[in-house]
Amino acid sequence: MIKIAQLSCGTEYSGIQKEIEKAAEMFGAEMVLPDVNLDDINEAYEKFGLSCASSSLKLMIARAMSLVEGKNDADAVFICTCFRCAEGAIARNEVRRLIQNNTNLPVVTYSFTEKTKASELFIRMEALTTVVSRKSILAREKQEGLTLGIDSGSTTTKVALMENDEVIGTGWVPTGDILGCANDAINQALEGTCYKLDDVEAIGTTGYGRITIGKQMGAKLIQEEISVNSKGAVYLAGAQRGEATVLDIGGMDNKVITVNNGIPDNFTMGGICAGASGRFLDMTSGRLNVDITELGPLAQKGNYKNAVLNSYCIVFGIQDLVTSLAGGAKKEDAADAACHSVAEQVYEQQLQEIDVREPLIQVGGTSLITGLVDAVQDILGGIEIIVPEYSQYIGAVGAAMLVSGLKDTDIDDSKKF
Amino acid sequence: MKVAIFPPNSMILADMIVRGGHEPLVVQSEMKQKVTSPEIDAPPFNMTEEDPIAGLKYAAIEVPSGVRGRMSLFGPIIEEAEAAIIMNEAPFGFGCVGCARSSELTVFSLRRRNIPILELDYPTSRDATVEMVYKINTFLDELNEKEAKSDD
Repeated sequence: MIKIAQLSCGTEYSGIQKEIEKAAEMFGAEMVLPDVNLDDINEAYEKFGLSCASSSLKLMIARAMSLVEGKNDADAVFICTCFRCAEGAIARNEVRRLIQNNTNLPVVTYSFTEKTKASELFIRMEALTTVVSRKSILAREKQEGLTLGIDSGSTTTKVALMENDEVIGTGWVPTGDILGCANDAINQALEGTCYKLDDVEAIGTTGYGRITIGKQMGAKLIQEEISVNSKGAVYLAGAQRGEATVLDIGGMDNKVITVNNGIPDNFTMGGICAGASGRFLDMTSGRLNVDITELGPLAQKGNYKNAVLNSYCIVFGIQDLVTSLAGGAKKEDAADAACHSVAEQVYEQQLQEIDVREPLIQVGGTSLITGLVDAVQDILGGIEIIVPEYSQYIGAVGAAMLVSGLKDTDIDDSKKF
Repeated sequence: MKVAIFPPNSMILADMIVRGGHEPLVVQSEMKQKVTSPEIDAPPFNMTEEDPIAGLKYAAIEVPSGVRGRMSLFGPIIEEAEAAIIMNEAPFGFGCVGCARSSELTVFSLRRRNIPILELDYPTSRDATVEMVYKINTFLDELNEKEAKSDD
């Protein structure tokens, strides 16, 4: 049983403790509260140096210190505090840094509301348990045989067919009916190759629809996108050794993952609003009456400073866009402003929570929007950004690569769910 | 030596540091740049929306903008500091940040810097005041000695 240490404040009174435990249990893990003596709490938290007024935060800090000092053990750490508590947010961030600087434990942080349900925590718990329980699978660096990876995302379904360490076919279909889209994308990937689906030795699935598709197709690997995407990213970017950061600005949510030797050790997910996602750029290109594929080059010709576009909300963001255009802003300036707005929000909401390590590998469909890549690089002070070939198929490639290590084993995830 | 103080606007602590032969890092000097800058017009402090965004370097987006705005001023001081004097539980007439959360983060950030720090509780009697002045002067003298050694 994987032990996830819970460092938190307010979960019981928010009524979500049961949901946290349910989410952990789903992936064969249990939440544990590191033991601390009453007398040790003040000592530990004074040693830490953050003078919190809330005693629950003092306890959280003391528990973190006991993990760091080896008085309690755990396989992973889940740190959470109430959304909108300033003191909680400060403590959560500093405790995360303490754990990351002093242990090798994978960490996930989360700020919750009373409406937090187990389903929202699943992907985080799954990623934590995967990193712990599938370390040997995640250590794989080469693809072998003929395998297929399916990434069923919120906006698009991607498929990659791989043979002996090479991508030989790809499929890309807008997500609608999950199974139908997966079949269409598979057919696209097989087209032009001499293979049929029956020839495929093993299938791996990831993304929102991974369980439905994985069960239906008998996938040997059904895995959340955090570990799969990061593996696919470092594999395609040739950065399997050493450190890297993977940034995926998705259609519905964003992911930032830090990786050490191909294994994720921290990640942050989500965003306050779709204003910081690929969906916003999709809507922007619609408003500008250009194809999404033209938005990036258009943005590169513009200057974001000539168009005001900086809203945390997709609705107000589009209103800003309309106002800017009505005020005489050029299309290219508006396109550049939209890219900068998304990059700024990703920076403010997510990249701040993570220690960005070079190189930054930008992946997903939005990595093809060159103006967005430039904006991210600009905001991060010109750090090295790699957009690897097949960057939009990162999850599918990661799944195809990882499942090749399972093709000759008894492991069969389609029977697990 | 550059000595940061908490509260970061305490004139008494700043004065003692000057008398001790060091440079006090006070928030007033940061504010002065803002209120005398002709390009900015956001009275009374001339803080603009850019400042809380700059404060993201020190606190996450979920931390309120007032804390981040303050940290955009205090953060550079903390980074610059070679030593610090922290006065705990001081009444607001002694110097004040105006926000408990900002105080917590400022003090924590100073403690994390791994520089010489003198932490004191605000004195409530004459004897305690004399002792406090003695401790501060001793601390500043020791900084002088450290500086002299490093110059050698």
